[in-house]
Amino acid sequence: MTVAGPAEPAGRTRPVPAIHVHHVSVRFGDAQVLADVNFDLAVGNFLAIVGPNGAGKSTLVKVALGLLRPDQGHAAVFGRDAGDVPEQIGYVPQLKTFDRSFPATAVELVVTGLRRRWPARVRRDERERAVAALAEVGAAGLADRGLARLSGGELQRVYLARALARRPALVLLDEPATGVDYLAEHDLYDLLERYQRDSGATVAMVTHDLAAARYHASRVLVLNGRVFGFGLPDDVMCDACLQEAYGHVGHSHVPHTHTPRARG
Amino acid sequence: MVTELAQAFAFPFMQRAALAGLLIALMCALLGVFVVQRRLSFLGDGLAHAAFGGMGIGAFVIVSSGLLTHGAAMLRNPLWIAVPFALVTGLGIAWVRDRTELSSDTAIGVFFAVSVALGVLFFSRIHPDVNIGVNVMDLLFGSILAVRPSDLAIIAVVAAVSVALLVALWGRLAYATFDDELARTDGVRSRALEYLLFGLAAVVIAVSATVVGIILMAAYLVIPAAAARIWARSMIGMTGIALAIGTITTLAGLAGSYLFDLPTGSAIILTQALVFVVAALTPRR
Repeated sequence: MTVAGPAEPAGRTRPVPAIHVHHVSVRFGDAQVLADVNFDLAVGNFLAIVGPNGAGKSTLVKVALGLLRPDQGHAAVFGRDAGDVPEQIGYVPQLKTFDRSFPATAVELVVTGLRRRWPARVRRDERERAVAALAEVGAAGLADRGLARLSGGELQRVYLARALARRPALVLLDEPATGVDYLAEHDLYDLLERYQRDSGATVAMVTHDLAAARYHASRVLVLNGRVFGFGLPDDVMCDACLQEAYGHVGHSHVPHTHTPRARG
Repeated sequence: MVTELAQAFAFPFMQRAALAGLLIALMCALLGVFVVQRRLSFLGDGLAHAAFGGMGIGAFVIVSSGLLTHGAAMLRNPLWIAVPFALVTGLGIAWVRDRTELSSDTAIGVFFAVSVALGVLFFSRIHPDVNIGVNVMDLLFGSILAVRPSDLAIIAVVAAVSVALLVALWGRLAYATFDDELARTDGVRSRALEYLLFGLAAVVIAVSATVVGIILMAAYLVIPAAAARIWARSMIGMTGIALAIGTITTLAGLAGSYLFDLPTGSAIILTQALVFVVAALTPRR
């Protein structure tokens, strides 16, 4: 028998956050990678997770995805374990994990985003949806190209198409701009903004590009083992705040953070 | 020549050899694509030698416990000892990969060496006057022409089970082989799959190796899949091409060995190698 708690007055129910990270700590051996990381990201935001190398950004993404169990605390996506709602999450991994000797075409990789299994044979309806997803990221022409024949920027588009093909409510990207030139990088952010605007989805992205974070994100998480700031870009990306976070690992120079082009 | 070949394949031993070879080619094509893509090409050698280690221990236990009368029958069908030992070794390799930062070839290398050492050690402890009913060299090298109906039955059962499992899990295995982490975000239990893959490989390899020999077994696992990788543009294409190469080279190798009086295992391996050379020389698209 379940006992109902006191009913929340109408309109006062707290909405379930897209990402809920609750006092998460992770140690790898002697190294404390994340210490008491705590934040809620409301649905519909574009979050940039920034911080120096070794700040624990990718570790935080792995915790959110349920790939890594934290030593303390827990994380949830839309109030559930990420493993319970894979169809709601579109994940774009770091491209360096990709094995180029794997025999596959772009369309097959995109179909994994629909089927959540590697396709032995791509059905016609799957192909249509996959090609539509590739077209959405401007890569329809790559559908039958072998993965080994794709450039870094092309591969990144294919991975993005894979993530967006399932129409996820949350897009999670781990340094998507690594190995991609400046123009392709801005195309990527524009695509993400467009998807977010059209679908009402939430986007969370690990990036080294502070200018992009300031320009595209609605929330920024400044991380270096612990949270140095979480909030609006202008609030948490002041030079002193960044100096504190980046200076922590001996960075003497805070990266240039001004926007590369005018807003709007 | 056609009449000669028809005569050859009319012999029951040739039919059994062909059937055994085709079943092994089928299992190895399905398994081999994952073995090659996961860079586990030495797994075949490693696990087949683990089976040899198991046979050494088994023979020693049987002889020293005075059970030779019954045990000799077991040794004539060494699978019952080889399979469990190879299975433990396969899962041991998976465990070392899981628990340490060591690469697969290192883990395989360690278990490979230890297994051979154990096999040699235990066979050496058996008094040379004791007749264990089998030749150690036969255990090690086997012969596809000496396949007995009982061997064939066991291979058929293992083939049925392993093919069913590999077909059922193909989409998950291929996904985890492509990118373990990405597959896990989509609910693929890649760690459990890896243990299953190593366990399955151990059984297939031990059974095949005790029947057709270690060297031929290792060739079946790697050469068709490696040649197929050069030609294929997709994982399923690679599997199909590996299966075609395994099938054709089995029949061609058997025919060649009969016509030109060559050792059968060598004839099959060299036919596979010929296909591999052709694949390697194919201009890249």
